[in-house]
Amino acid sequence: MERRILDQKLDLLRDKILLLGGATEAALNRAMQSLVERDSPLAQKVLDEDEIIDQMELEIDRMSIEILALQQPAAHDLRFVISVAKITPILERIADHASNIARAALIINTEPQLKNYIEFPMMAQTAAEMLRTALDAFTSEDSRTSREVIERDREIDAAYKRVFNELLEMMIEDPSATTGAAHLLFVAKHLERIGDYVTDICELNVYLTEAAFIKHSK
Amino acid sequence: MESKISVKNLDFFYGSNQALYDISLDIPEREVIAFIGPSGCGKSTFLRTLNRMNDTIASASVKGSVMMDGKNIYASGTDVVALRRRVGMVFQKSNPFPKSIFENVAYGIRINGIHSNKADLEERVERALKNAALWEEVKDRLNSSAFGLSGGQQQRLCIARALAVQPEVILMDEPASALDPIATQKIEELVVELKRDYTIVIVTHNMQQAARVSDRTAFFMLGKLVEFNPTQKMFTNPDEKLTEDYITGRFG
Amino acid sequence: MSETATTFERKRRGINLLMTSLTAVCAVFTIAVLVAILGYIGVRGISSLSIEFLTDTPKPVGEGGGIGNSILGSAIMTLLAAFIGLPVGIAAGVYLAEFGKNWFGNTVRFVADTLIGVPSIIIGIFVYTLVVLPMGRQSGFAGGLALAIIMIPIVARTTEEMIGLVPHSMREGALALGAPQWRVTWNIVLPAAASGIATGAMLAIARVTGETAPLLFTALNSRFYNYYLDQPMSSLTVQIFNYATGPFEVEHAMAWAATLLLVTLILVINILVRFFTRKRF
Repeated sequence: MERRILDQKLDLLRDKILLLGGATEAALNRAMQSLVERDSPLAQKVLDEDEIIDQMELEIDRMSIEILALQQPAAHDLRFVISVAKITPILERIADHASNIARAALIINTEPQLKNYIEFPMMAQTAAEMLRTALDAFTSEDSRTSREVIERDREIDAAYKRVFNELLEMMIEDPSATTGAAHLLFVAKHLERIGDYVTDICELNVYLTEAAFIKHSK
Repeated sequence: MESKISVKNLDFFYGSNQALYDISLDIPEREVIAFIGPSGCGKSTFLRTLNRMNDTIASASVKGSVMMDGKNIYASGTDVVALRRRVGMVFQKSNPFPKSIFENVAYGIRINGIHSNKADLEERVERALKNAALWEEVKDRLNSSAFGLSGGQQQRLCIARALAVQPEVILMDEPASALDPIATQKIEELVVELKRDYTIVIVTHNMQQAARVSDRTAFFMLGKLVEFNPTQKMFTNPDEKLTEDYITGRFG
Repeated sequence: MSETATTFERKRRGINLLMTSLTAVCAVFTIAVLVAILGYIGVRGISSLSIEFLTDTPKPVGEGGGIGNSILGSAIMTLLAAFIGLPVGIAAGVYLAEFGKNWFGNTVRFVADTLIGVPSIIIGIFVYTLVVLPMGRQSGFAGGLALAIIMIPIVARTTEEMIGLVPHSMREGALALGAPQWRVTWNIVLPAAASGIATGAMLAIARVTGETAPLLFTALNSRFYNYYLDQPMSSLTVQIFNYATGPFEVEHAMAWAATLLLVTLILVINILVRFFTRKRF
């Protein structure tokens, strides 16, 4: 059967957004790794590669506009292009947060190692997991999973509060750890924001698959 | 919802060939309804059942009912001539009469005896031409032949002609299919403008046009009504797989 | 390969040239015959043409005389034929076109087509039996009637065809405005087909102007200016027939002159038809 020109373009667009998703995921994971393992060169790598992600965003924007202008997609096709166009800047912003985490890592890594903290890596793990699941759900247009991920945002918010308290305690107990803990606090805030962005991605997937707007509907 | 036209279980036959199957659909007042579907799907045939234009075909027959303001237009004793005055029609190919621009618009007024005197007639012609957004272009040559107008102008003249008899419903059968994009845009703007005073049903094979001008869209296929929904829904999230395949061009 | 192609090509071109030449020769032959006839009539007829010839009545051989009364008779009978034949023919054509898609219409159509093919002398005999015998004499009225009967089927069929050419969309446009059928026919279809119908009418008139046979039985001839329809009436064609069959050379010369006039008249009508056809839309 003959393939529509539009189908080829949509496939290309799907490939690009998956690449961008993969790159963003990698950036976040590496940033966290550079922090946890005190690996400053890795943090630097995250910062260097942010440029690539910015370029990908521009390319997807161009493709989306071109498809809208020239192919006039309708129904599911239209929802797909719109979702991609809206998810792209979200991913780019997540990548920016990853860069900020990497930047924080460069500073924290020059500070003395903080004593064991538990909540923080768990929160980071949850955020990374949510992002991965959200992108998988988008790829397979699985809106049920997306709805589950949205529920998990509460875990992140709760984790943020615990991390906040944990780090605060740390600063009170040991004033020499203040600089490192303060930067970690920023990292936690970044993770919390990433959780919100992942929620947005999931909402867009629900729009893509069910044509339902669930944002602001709670 | 207050319906201007309410169609119930309509079957249509050309001789022994059934062209429409069990169509039921409600057309609300002062909205633009678009009929879309592949060639031969019955959308034009259905449009022509609404002013009984199919009566001119000897072998045509109809089952079911078309209620307009609560009265069945297929009931015996219906005055078809009066019906067609209430339900105007604009055709795919512009079909001005071999008369002057003025006389084209005046024709319907004259035959229906709507005007009271010459001044009234002139005023009605002017108003119809203005409503069809043609007045400025033709006011200096009302007495020249209608055939001297461009295709787009001729089509707007035909719309003016239909408006002049003050119909309640206007049926448009692919009114812009033979026009260039600029003329098409003018017709589309006009359709949206006319919605304030008229109920408009427009058949189009241009899906973007249906999307641009209509409030509701009906999708026909093989003589059946597949889906009838608000246009916004039809083009972003249709209920039927068939509709989705058609409007996204995945047909065949 | 190229060898055969060339042979084939040459053969094809040869046949093409042969056929084109053949048809050209036939075309030239047709035109030549026509030009020869017209030229011959012109040469033979022009010498006898004069004002007196066009205005005088026939006189005994040797005393001159003309065809004035024949011109008048032809004009009267053609007008009468048009007066009867055109309304009936056009009305019948309108009926056939607008309401004739049934067995009755088909019958009328078939009869009209048959009537067009009937030799005109039979029409003459028919009118002779129907009008001349009861009246007891030949008359201009009988002549005009015979010509009208010839015109009716021609006019009816051309009218039907011309109305058929009016686009269906134009009728629908009027119907959709709430026009009753008769108004559509009267205000829209007939005006749109008018020039075509006029063309058909003119051609029918040209056709009957040249008729001789039906008039021989019906209008006979007359040596005088006659304005009365109940009297025998002269006509160009019958007068030509008389002069041509006469024994004297002077009569033959007058026949040629009258023929020239008749041919010119028919030519003028045909040119007018051309003019009308060109003006259409």
